[in-house]
Amino acid sequence: MAIYLTEKSKILVQGMTGAEGMRHTRRMLAAGTDVVGGVNPRKAGRTVDVDGRALPVFGTVREGIDATGADVTVVFVPPAFAGAAVMEAADAGIGLAVVITEGVPIHDAVAFHAHARSRGTRVIGPNCPGLITPGRSNAGIIPADITKPGRIGLVSKSGTLTYQLMHELRDVGFSTCVGIGGDPVVGTTHIDCLTAFQDDPDTELIVLIGEIGGDAEERAAAHIRDHVTKPVVAYIAGFTAPEGRTMGHAGAIVSGSSGTARAKKEALEAAGVRVGQTPTETAGLVLAHLEGGMRTAIV
Amino acid sequence: MDLYEHQARQLFDAHGIVVPRAEVTDSPTEARAMARGLGGRVVVKAQVRTGGRGKAGGVRFAADPAAAELTARRILGMNIDGHQVRTVMLAQPVAVESEFYVSYVLDRTAGTFLAIASAEGGTDIEEVAAAHPEAVARVPVDPAEGVTSAKAREIADAAGLPPQTVDVLVRLWQVLVREDALLVEVNPLVRTEEGRIVALDGKVTLDDNARFRHARWRGPDAEPEDTLEAKAAAKGLTYVKLDGEVGVIGNGAGLVMSTLDVVAGCGARPANFLDIGGGASARVMADGLSVILSDPDVRAVLVNVFGGITACDAVAEGIVTALDTVRLTRPLVVRLDGNNAARGRAVLDARAHPLIEQATTMDGAARRAARLATTA
Repeated sequence: MAIYLTEKSKILVQGMTGAEGMRHTRRMLAAGTDVVGGVNPRKAGRTVDVDGRALPVFGTVREGIDATGADVTVVFVPPAFAGAAVMEAADAGIGLAVVITEGVPIHDAVAFHAHARSRGTRVIGPNCPGLITPGRSNAGIIPADITKPGRIGLVSKSGTLTYQLMHELRDVGFSTCVGIGGDPVVGTTHIDCLTAFQDDPDTELIVLIGEIGGDAEERAAAHIRDHVTKPVVAYIAGFTAPEGRTMGHAGAIVSGSSGTARAKKEALEAAGVRVGQTPTETAGLVLAHLEGGMRTAIV
Repeated sequence: MDLYEHQARQLFDAHGIVVPRAEVTDSPTEARAMARGLGGRVVVKAQVRTGGRGKAGGVRFAADPAAAELTARRILGMNIDGHQVRTVMLAQPVAVESEFYVSYVLDRTAGTFLAIASAEGGTDIEEVAAAHPEAVARVPVDPAEGVTSAKAREIADAAGLPPQTVDVLVRLWQVLVREDALLVEVNPLVRTEEGRIVALDGKVTLDDNARFRHARWRGPDAEPEDTLEAKAAAKGLTYVKLDGEVGVIGNGAGLVMSTLDVVAGCGARPANFLDIGGGASARVMADGLSVILSDPDVRAVLVNVFGGITACDAVAEGIVTALDTVRLTRPLVVRLDGNNAARGRAVLDARAHPLIEQATTMDGAARRAARLATTA
């Protein structure tokens, strides 16, 4: 078990024939992911050779699903066309759409999220690194070789902080790591992942990474207090960010007293979550908590 | 991207929302001529991308063209909340009977847009919202349906706005959608003594991500005010100037933000935020370093890279390349981890520059850079 992905997940790549799509298709395959084909209306019917594997290119997501039984799509389509790509995937009835594309206009994101919700499609992203269940499946761009399978579930707004924590905790390993994306509006939230990790028997402890902007972490804190019985360790980035300035991510902006790192940390601590001051200290809190379990694992 | 008031009013006007006649200038002499053309009596308004102009003295009445020139001279060059006033707008005064507030904003939690409206508009809308939340209506808008006349009537009724505002609410929604705005606000929206509905002041924030479908957004007014920020933006880097002494470069917004915090935790202050992004090339790294080294406040630089897609050897090559064009006068602490880290470290070892040192952890690198910056 893991969340959202299994080793049986069959993955389509929308935009596979582009440079980014091709590079990451190669990496996904190398990580053991069952990539079953790509989608590009202008190159339908062709076959692309990726490290000795012949992958078919379909004209539409619908054709890809009919031919392969795909249940996940990873979207590398450029920002101007990403909205239409997600809408098409949702109309085709895909279960999960992982949108890697960065720089999607908010109006497009608002529209495709509403559309996907109405069709029952889960969206992760946009502007996210995707998700990985180490050793089984990797849908997106998270490096597969910096960690191994294990019992920690990780949910994060930031791609690089996801990698940093995976690296710090590489000796323990992860059930699933989900990068939900740093945009103001994302499909899958901290709370969605907390709920899924709480129900996942493979996950023993949850790491939550947040950053300034919005109130997603405060709402996650309330959810943890009321619904999560597994231990949660958190890290929040952006204590030094000045008010009113966007810090890299479209969503990382502090307006007035809301959305500050301090408010988020306090809300999480009030819900019984231990919050680290740095990524390394956060990893240390996780290790300290798991120490008993670790010894058993080593024996 | 926040627009100036005069840019916001142009968008309102283009979508059929009534605005007062106005002109913009950076010259007091020209202000006098413009005031004459506008009928003599004008309001002179500082054009800055921040709120609270009125309270800061940046909005004043002038009774005649001579007074307009004098007032423009006083307002131009003012500093309002850290923003230098470079232009003023001269507008025809309007006889106001009542003031309202209307806006559309993004509701991150619900993933849709929200109409916010109140029959008590004006400069104190924040206080009204805090003291009398019931006086401010908040109505979610379904993005697929948008604001139709029926929806606009629902918003106006909820806020107690007069029926004549329905048309403005529909048109303002069109500004939001067609101009790819994240926020449109009219405050105050007024009913004049003649019974007309006029947008007296407005704020618009455009979505930078939608720039590709709005060619005319390009222009000097769209550029950042800070020169280093403009230089970095021209090179496609995400850079924010801060007021400390440790220059910070990293890959990925989250990791760079985190690095700033760790530097601050070590007792120094970050001088900037610079994200070279994912999959950065040697060229990008060299550009980033040259931006940071042009900041005289920087006393030490910290490079913190965790290579996911980014290859650490490319980052190291970028640092070495930068040394050919930029003279390194301040110490550089480098932490490389992840993809091709060993090769990257070897590249820097081989260069053996006396001002470059490497650290093995993020915390260790931050401690060292903070120390170098505060004791140098």
